[in-house]
Amino acid sequence: MSAASIHPATEHWPNDGLTHVPYGLYNDEAIYERERERLFMGPTWNVLGLECEVPNPGDYKTTFLGDVPVVLVRGKDGTLKGLENRCAHRGALLCLERFGNAKAFTCVYHAWSYDHDGNLVGVAFQNGVKGEGGMPDDFRREEHGLRRLKIDLLSGLVFGSFDPNVPPLETYLGADIVARIRRVLPRPVKVLGYYTQTMRNNWKLYAENVKDPYHASILHLFFTTFRLNRLSQKGGIIVDESGGHHVSYSEMDKKPANKPDEAAGDSDYEAARLRADDDSIGLKEPALLGGRDEFDDGITLQILTVFPNLVLQQVRNSLVVRQIVPKGLDRTDIVWTNYGFEDDDEELADLRLMQSNFIGPAGYISMEDGAVGAFVQRALPGTGGETSVVMMGGDGAASQESRATETSIRGFWKAYRTMMDI
Amino acid sequence: MAPSLHNAPDDAAMIGRVTSLLADYAACIDSDELERWPEFFTEDARYHISTEFNHARGLPIGIIDARNRNMLEDRVTALRKANIYEPQRYRHIISVVRITGSEGGLIQAEAGFLVVRTMIDGSQDLFVSGRYLDSIDFSGGRPLFARKLVVLDSDKIDTLLAIPL
Repeated sequence: MSAASIHPATEHWPNDGLTHVPYGLYNDEAIYERERERLFMGPTWNVLGLECEVPNPGDYKTTFLGDVPVVLVRGKDGTLKGLENRCAHRGALLCLERFGNAKAFTCVYHAWSYDHDGNLVGVAFQNGVKGEGGMPDDFRREEHGLRRLKIDLLSGLVFGSFDPNVPPLETYLGADIVARIRRVLPRPVKVLGYYTQTMRNNWKLYAENVKDPYHASILHLFFTTFRLNRLSQKGGIIVDESGGHHVSYSEMDKKPANKPDEAAGDSDYEAARLRADDDSIGLKEPALLGGRDEFDDGITLQILTVFPNLVLQQVRNSLVVRQIVPKGLDRTDIVWTNYGFEDDDEELADLRLMQSNFIGPAGYISMEDGAVGAFVQRALPGTGGETSVVMMGGDGAASQESRATETSIRGFWKAYRTMMDI
Repeated sequence: MAPSLHNAPDDAAMIGRVTSLLADYAACIDSDELERWPEFFTEDARYHISTEFNHARGLPIGIIDARNRNMLEDRVTALRKANIYEPQRYRHIISVVRITGSEGGLIQAEAGFLVVRTMIDGSQDLFVSGRYLDSIDFSGGRPLFARKLVVLDSDKIDTLLAIPL
């Protein structure tokens, strides 16, 4: 970190606000290193996965906090622990599998082994061979453990932090975000499957994209093209006090009084079927537009972010934990963990699978997000000291009812500037 | 499995028929004649893109999960009229076919594939590799996929998956 210096045009923002963002932030090696140190390994909570992924003692999962390899493991006492996935001896990766079960972690290189708390419990040939060699007498195994993470949980979602002074998770999130996380994780969870989308852009371009409701109906034309826009929809954006976390949501209008049986979403279905009958463009299979108001609040879409690496998504009945994993300045992996609940009935389980057609790298309403960040990244070379423009909806980062706003993007930069000290 | 499948001449004939079907299928996609793509499927065909990781664990999510031919036609309409992606094309390279069984009048076959993706600026990448697990209906005038399960070796997708596999 100390070796590389940040470009002055990046460090000094053109004004003191949040409406102009230096392009240099997306391709500056020194910025990337400072982000690792101050954001990902700093006083933040980073999503690592779901508790149900490691159900039994000894079960582990390898993942990343920022771009740092870590392992999440359930100890013998049933509690979750997080460790840096790097041997304290010569620095090799300790766990190579994505998931596994281990009584202890033993490095393949020289067989140093660690317990679930990261304590070094075995050093091969510590006392040498036949009295020759071995570690010096003053070598203390307790001084060579693995770096530990703090772990905390909310509704089965597991967060980790390298900073022992990070605020408690619920304080970090704030009451609004906690309530909206609980909303989509009310019962025991089961994983429906994984995939990873590699984006050829800096991680922040994706973090901004998911906080940007302005682009939704412009870039993603699926609903518009099939004339499925629901103008009656209400919604809004909640930005927490730090600016770093947000919720964007939309809800159906209340059911019409004269049609009390009509479930939210049926009007879409009807509209699609009507158009399927005439010759104009329409969906031939409107079952895609079915859905259930499973949380009983009429909210059909909720995109929630927790600074810096979590996107928690509800698109109707499609529920996903998306984890942002930086892979260098211009590469980002998005790990999509699709989930449902243990007690899902057959119909609801099937709705989740059907609606997964909307999301992911081939998703009708999300595939464009895989490419749009790269369009910015590829256009960076000429930007010099220039900035992007983030003025839609004012210059603040407060919650707003309109979705023609970039308030939550400004919120991201508010939290970012505070933690990065730029 | 029908006994005849172990009979070498019959096997070779079936392998030939499936190979020919897969060659036509790949040519349709690779030459950007996507409007013809749904015609390779029965009316109630399942087309599902999964990964080896999910497939091995019985995890049901699909990267694409289509339940019938209408959904395949909808996908083509969306690709042509709604979804935004850079011009790109695929080149499928399909391996030798294995006949793995027959059930309820359908032939089950498996073949490996590679897809090279070429972008408009000329850059090329090995986009995906995987295998097709197919159930094929040979009862009509032309063979049709009653089920096509596309299992990708990796679960990483570069950028997006617009054109079908």
